[in-house]
Amino acid sequence: MLTQALFRALDRKAIWVIGIFLAVAILVPMANLLIPPGQFGHVPTYLVSLLGKYLSYAILALALDLVWGYCGILSLGHGAFFALGGYAMGMYLMRQIGTRGVYGNPVLPDFMVFLNWKELPWYWQGFDNFWFAMAMVVLVPGILAFVFGFFAFRSRVTGVYLSIITQAMTFALLLAFFRNDMGFGGNNGLTDFKDILGTPVQAQAIRATLFAATAIALALSVLVCSMIVNSKLGKVMVAVRDAESRTRFLGYRVEYVKLFAFTVSAIMAGIAGALYVPQVGIINPGEFEPGNSIEVVIWAAVGGRGTLIGPIIGAIVVNLGKSWFTTVFPEFWLFALGALFVLVTLFLPKGIVGLWKQIFGRARAAHPDTTPKASADIERGEDPATFGDAQPRPAE
Amino acid sequence: MLTHLRNLLVAVLLFLAPAAQAQQIDIAASVAAMAEASLKELATIVTDLAATGDPAVVPALTALGDGDLYADETTGRVLIQRGSTVTDPVTGEHVELGADADLSKIRVNNSLRRDIAAALAGMTLMSDNPATRLSAANGFLANPDPANIPLLDEAIAAETNADVLRAMQNARALTVLRDSESSIEDRQAAVPLVAGSGRNAITILSSSRTDAPEELVASINAAIAGLEQERAVWGALQNVWFGVSLGSVLLLAAIGLAITFGVMGVINMAHGEMVMLGAYTTFIVQLTIRNNFPGLLDYSLLIALPAAFLVTGTIGVGIERGIIRWLYGRPLETLLATWGISLILQQTVRSIFGPTNQMVIAPTWMAGSTEFFGLSITYGRFWIVIFALIVFFMLLLVLNRTPLGLQMRAVTQNRRMASSMGIRTPFVDAMTFGLGSGIAGLAGVALTQIDNISPNLGQNYIIDSFMVVVFGGVGNLWGTLVGALTLGVANKFLEPYAGAVLGKILILVLIILFIQRRPRGLFALKGRAVEQ
Repeated sequence: MLTQALFRALDRKAIWVIGIFLAVAILVPMANLLIPPGQFGHVPTYLVSLLGKYLSYAILALALDLVWGYCGILSLGHGAFFALGGYAMGMYLMRQIGTRGVYGNPVLPDFMVFLNWKELPWYWQGFDNFWFAMAMVVLVPGILAFVFGFFAFRSRVTGVYLSIITQAMTFALLLAFFRNDMGFGGNNGLTDFKDILGTPVQAQAIRATLFAATAIALALSVLVCSMIVNSKLGKVMVAVRDAESRTRFLGYRVEYVKLFAFTVSAIMAGIAGALYVPQVGIINPGEFEPGNSIEVVIWAAVGGRGTLIGPIIGAIVVNLGKSWFTTVFPEFWLFALGALFVLVTLFLPKGIVGLWKQIFGRARAAHPDTTPKASADIERGEDPATFGDAQPRPAE
Repeated sequence: MLTHLRNLLVAVLLFLAPAAQAQQIDIAASVAAMAEASLKELATIVTDLAATGDPAVVPALTALGDGDLYADETTGRVLIQRGSTVTDPVTGEHVELGADADLSKIRVNNSLRRDIAAALAGMTLMSDNPATRLSAANGFLANPDPANIPLLDEAIAAETNADVLRAMQNARALTVLRDSESSIEDRQAAVPLVAGSGRNAITILSSSRTDAPEELVASINAAIAGLEQERAVWGALQNVWFGVSLGSVLLLAAIGLAITFGVMGVINMAHGEMVMLGAYTTFIVQLTIRNNFPGLLDYSLLIALPAAFLVTGTIGVGIERGIIRWLYGRPLETLLATWGISLILQQTVRSIFGPTNQMVIAPTWMAGSTEFFGLSITYGRFWIVIFALIVFFMLLLVLNRTPLGLQMRAVTQNRRMASSMGIRTPFVDAMTFGLGSGIAGLAGVALTQIDNISPNLGQNYIIDSFMVVVFGGVGNLWGTLVGALTLGVANKFLEPYAGAVLGKILILVLIILFIQRRPRGLFALKGRAVEQ
């Protein structure tokens, strides 16, 4: 059955996307390690880390797209799952510092010594083991999402209400992680990492390896998402998105479908966070900012939600733009981001991928066997005089 | 301590006491007589001097009691020497000592000292000035001495001023309570009086417990328990007030949102920025007034109210016409677009005014605070509560008693039907959004009084506002009122136990749990219309 699902997942597009990222996972580290600096084709190490950061954002955007684009759940708290995964990784990295911290305490991280803590809190136990930490990267966001989703979906909290309470969730976590006595480094978060798996984090080879791991994780995420959306369950997810009540009346357990999507998505976000932290070298409560989570939504929207490649393109394009703006016109970045939010929602509801399809679809419209369905979709709902009639609202 | 206090009393006396009527006795001569007097004669002189009731004798008596009074053996003069300064005890003038001066201390014993203290206290207790009498009584309260009981009784009998009388009675009660020679019944009777004596009654009572007999300890403990209970009640009331104050701020911030969200189903993430723009409008209005019409400075907040309403209302209508109307029926997209608008507005304000905090000065009628039955209430907070309620009821009036309100409600309940009845729904939408934004601007004016005016001002309120609206129930103003006050009070009650941050986290978690139970909030709108 799994092989069957795998076959269904690997349609032409998915193969392309997965292939590209697997190739990137090999080529970029090679270009970094094998081609000497200064020579054509060399990728400097800082760029490897930067690209690795973008790719981990891409995983996050893909995770959000799975719930928003395919299941209609607009989560404004995905940054929280990302940050939790990041913290789990950060805790492992903190434990690897050992006696090299400022205070030289073999067990306690510096900030705990600073706060006069005598022993490691129970929730830090075990994080010196890499595999335990990796399990936590998956389990902590997964369990939080499962519990949160279980209650939210069971009591049919939908639409904007769900968005608002997910936002409240990440805001509550933000406040909690800012507290020093939570034992997560408070305001400063976790930083100053030394080793990962016994090798210095700063080493060129480790950077390249982390990049490769991120690219492979992205390819796997695409594969998993593709398997899900191409399965029968994926079809039900889309049905839930478009007409939740109708799906429920047809006998599907809508809440379980949503819960599944939400939990899987949170786990992906957690993995993205865990890959992000060693590459940027810090995790702090700022990652829980509600604004960050909303930004993730715009990545998915810019690229094109409801597609697998869209959010990846969106995350990379928007973050490239951010890097460029913040170095060239730092004060204009928020204008650009704000305008992006407005323009994309107004004029590009299907994002870059939708635009591409529209142009491509028009070109192919001459062929009798294809219909430019995408463009027709875009036109809908934009006429203010007839809104509510033209827009098929979910009949909940 | 005692000397210190007495000096204080003397200082008060010297400043305040007018020349009292004097029995005709030569103060200067009596003081001079001290130089050669025996202890017995000194006692007579002290009594005589005290009997004059003249404030002029106070320095001499004080110095005598403190052992600062000296006789110059060469000249026979009586002088006060404190450190290196030497003064005349009657005139208070500075005296240059002759080269052959030979000062010897005028000696006093304990009984004389007690006489002097009583004489001094008695004099101040009988002073004509109520303030002096009050401070004398408070002096007795601070240093209860059983010897003073007759003195206090005498003063109480003569006292006419109610405040001073209460202070004297308190002092007497405490003195009796601490006096091991008074009868148990008297001392027990004094307990309730001491308990009613004011803020630190609990400390005074618990310090009186030491070496008190058992029956007395029991009644003191009972009194302390009573006081603590009372204090807990007042503490709770104070918390309620703080909570109401916080709740009114939340109400102001959320009420505009309740309109746009409730009536139009639009999630306006730029709502916080409307509040921020209202605050900046206030800043500009005040700056203009200060530069051009300084006389109106005290009214600048009142002038800023319509200005802020118009500015933010207009911007709101602009946003609705320009962007939001294209997105009706797609609430999640509206959320994203308005978030984008909020980023743009923030950055615009930051570019114009800079990222630093701006100041708005409170008008004089909003400064200061008052005591209200032991609750301390700052006028600024008080006016904000009043203002929030005014805005709330005005809005209720608009929604329930005006044609626009009628149309708004019609559109909320059934948009298509309203449209069929000839209501211009796009116009109603624009007006509703403008109204909601305008009210956010009004909230901004109020917030200038309690928060920093910075481009991030709105961000601090947006999540709280959403919590209020969602908690209270969408589309119901009363729900918003109840929600805001509940959250405000709950927050303030959790704060002492959990700390400010943890309290807030708890509130958020509670709201999340609450929404699971009642997904449509406290006061859910019933009927088909809400089933989007």
